[in-house]
Amino acid sequence: MKKLLLTLTFAALANGAVAGDWPGFRGPMGNGISDEVGLPVALDAKKHIAWRVDLPGRGLSSPLVVGDCVFVTASGGARQDRLQILCLNSADGSVIWQRRFWAMGSTMCHKKTSIAAPTPVTDGERLFALFSSNDLFCLDLNGNLQWLRGLTVDYPNARNSLGMASSLVLADGVLVVQVENDSESFTAGLIKENGVNLWKLNRPKSANWTTATVHLAESGREWVLLQSGKGIHAVNPKSGEVAWHYDDGASTIPSSALAGGVLYVPSHGVTALELAADGGSFRQKWRSSRLRPGTASPLVHRERVYSLNNAGVLTCGDTDSGKRLWQLRLDGPFGGSPVVADNHLYAFNEEGRAQVVDLSAPEGRIAGEMDLGEMIQCSPAVSNGALYVRSDRRIWKIAHKTQL
Amino acid sequence: MALTAIGLASLGQAAADEFDDALAALRAVGGEGQGNAAAGQALQRLAKGGADTLPRLLASMDGANPFAANYLRGAVEVIVGNTLAKGGLLPVVELGEFLLNKSHDTRSRALAFELIRRVDAEAAGQLVPGLLGDSSVDLRREAVARLLSQAEARAKASNKPAAVLLYRQALDAARDLDQIQAVAVALRDLGREVNLTRHFGFLVDWQLAGPFHNKDRAGFAVAFAPENNAALSASYDGLNGKVTWQPYSTPDEYGMVDFNEPYGDLKEVTGYAQTEFVSATDRPAQLRLGCKNAWKIWLNGELVFGRDEYHRGMRIDQYQLPVQLKKGGNTILVKACQNEQVEDWTVQWQFQLRVCDATGTAIHSATKKNPEVAAK
Repeated sequence: MKKLLLTLTFAALANGAVAGDWPGFRGPMGNGISDEVGLPVALDAKKHIAWRVDLPGRGLSSPLVVGDCVFVTASGGARQDRLQILCLNSADGSVIWQRRFWAMGSTMCHKKTSIAAPTPVTDGERLFALFSSNDLFCLDLNGNLQWLRGLTVDYPNARNSLGMASSLVLADGVLVVQVENDSESFTAGLIKENGVNLWKLNRPKSANWTTATVHLAESGREWVLLQSGKGIHAVNPKSGEVAWHYDDGASTIPSSALAGGVLYVPSHGVTALELAADGGSFRQKWRSSRLRPGTASPLVHRERVYSLNNAGVLTCGDTDSGKRLWQLRLDGPFGGSPVVADNHLYAFNEEGRAQVVDLSAPEGRIAGEMDLGEMIQCSPAVSNGALYVRSDRRIWKIAHKTQL
Repeated sequence: MALTAIGLASLGQAAADEFDDALAALRAVGGEGQGNAAAGQALQRLAKGGADTLPRLLASMDGANPFAANYLRGAVEVIVGNTLAKGGLLPVVELGEFLLNKSHDTRSRALAFELIRRVDAEAAGQLVPGLLGDSSVDLRREAVARLLSQAEARAKASNKPAAVLLYRQALDAARDLDQIQAVAVALRDLGREVNLTRHFGFLVDWQLAGPFHNKDRAGFAVAFAPENNAALSASYDGLNGKVTWQPYSTPDEYGMVDFNEPYGDLKEVTGYAQTEFVSATDRPAQLRLGCKNAWKIWLNGELVFGRDEYHRGMRIDQYQLPVQLKKGGNTILVKACQNEQVEDWTVQWQFQLRVCDATGTAIHSATKKNPEVAAK
């Protein structure tokens, strides 16, 4: 029954994507939680790598899954100015279509990241793909370009020499694009049908790599919760108006996690904000410096909050109190955010080592490991009994081969 | 004009006007999503065309803004994908002829090469030797890579004269940093001298004035006196007393102008640098800047651009700023602001600047000597 309820919730929140799809950064709820069951746990490359496909460029964006299609972005060329969007067949990894565009904005970034850093988002009919160059493309799911924007052409000081990474979100039918940086910093709500600005909100002049959270309030109203060094701003996605501001600061790398009407913010460790039923206000519930995440974003699952620090230590806390319950040392460091499915946490470290933690064990237990041998910095996608994870060079489907 | 002559054989005569209208809609797209809706519809019409429309679509990129060029590329991608999926052929000869016509846009000519290589690697390879001096840096890169491969083979065979001469040709043509540096290493390993400062065209002789304040990063917005009067004879009220212009020449191979050298490792300060660049003609050019501090640049007293980002990284040609040089002396004024950060990686208070054309080919000041790379 729980799976059914979760599925119904997912279906309602996925902006047109259906249950089983993975439509954006950290999945249908934007919090890294999947309702999939039966994923492989005791990982074995011979048994569980369903396919592996070379990619035509670099990237650390997460794959998306819609039905039988896996979407992934990459950047190539000597100057990383060839922006690529691919649609793969989830059954065998074959390329269904591939589109290439020219970067219009800056392709400078730190060597550890890439131009294909932000994760795309889909409403089930259109695919919206953003790159670190602040170039944005909308295609239908057959690969036909619908519209495009060059946000650094439009706003020439909107760039970050280290690279941009905030992923797109859809809220109330509006495409929300964060272009937050030290200079011309803004977030915009775009009309998803044509890419025109619905609103443009000046944002703190500070580099920011976090991704917004979409809050579906009990009232049925959706809010965009923008995280930055200044804290959290709750924004009406239709107008860009700010409803409330948590002003005690927040991280600019790991993103918040939303579960059960509570926003778990990487702020002074983790700070839990209980959101009002209409989403129009908040109350601070607790704060714990002992749950401080590193680069990876925190997760919330079954009354527990999980964070991975930069030393590779997984910390489990109680969602009611913030009290730390247990810690488990994993093999880090982790550049990508983990996901949870069927009460197991899947984390891929920067050396490409997959680690599966059984969250039902009293203090967590590493239940499976597998070495992919390449730097992994993406957050995996989970869909239809499989995990999808990519490196700078390849994408893997991890599943029970017998279920293929 | 026969439809086949303009690459529209797959369309009927009645569709030609619609094709032209669609192209016009794509080329009319502008900033902030202007024209997106019409362009999206136009693209769907164009994407129904056959492979024989590809040269016409590529030609439509001539003079197109970056949005329009990408829309047109979107149509090309769909047509190519559909054609190849059905087992069809791309018009390799026509694409090659398009590429060889240097009056076309560099982006579309490079795309033509990509398409040819996708379906006929041998034909693409035959085009490469002729691309060495191409105005497209992407096409030029292919030819440089070929020369590098040949030079490496000669070097491995201990044929030093042939290797050196091939590397010299490669260096002369190379515009990408990685290729230039690879050639420089190889030539130096072979005992030859390489003048990278000259190759890139970094400006090395400057006059510096400073320090002025940048407390709380406020100095970026403050128009200190050098912004109003940059006469070399002027003196200003600086952070620690009177300030005058002082000559500074950087010995750095990559033209780094380091304010910390004359002023010490200061924080929350602003410095100015100016130089005169003599252009032989009135001409378009680019100022190419690398800087990890907040900066502004003026050319002949007109602000070109400014950016208030600190310590997020620096590289050669980080900023490429189109300008118009006038014949004779052109004054370039650079403002560089250092912030309050104290980490090791925030010590730098510096910039590097060169003047070049759109391909990255150095333009040298007419007052400078013109020594070619000296061979030992």
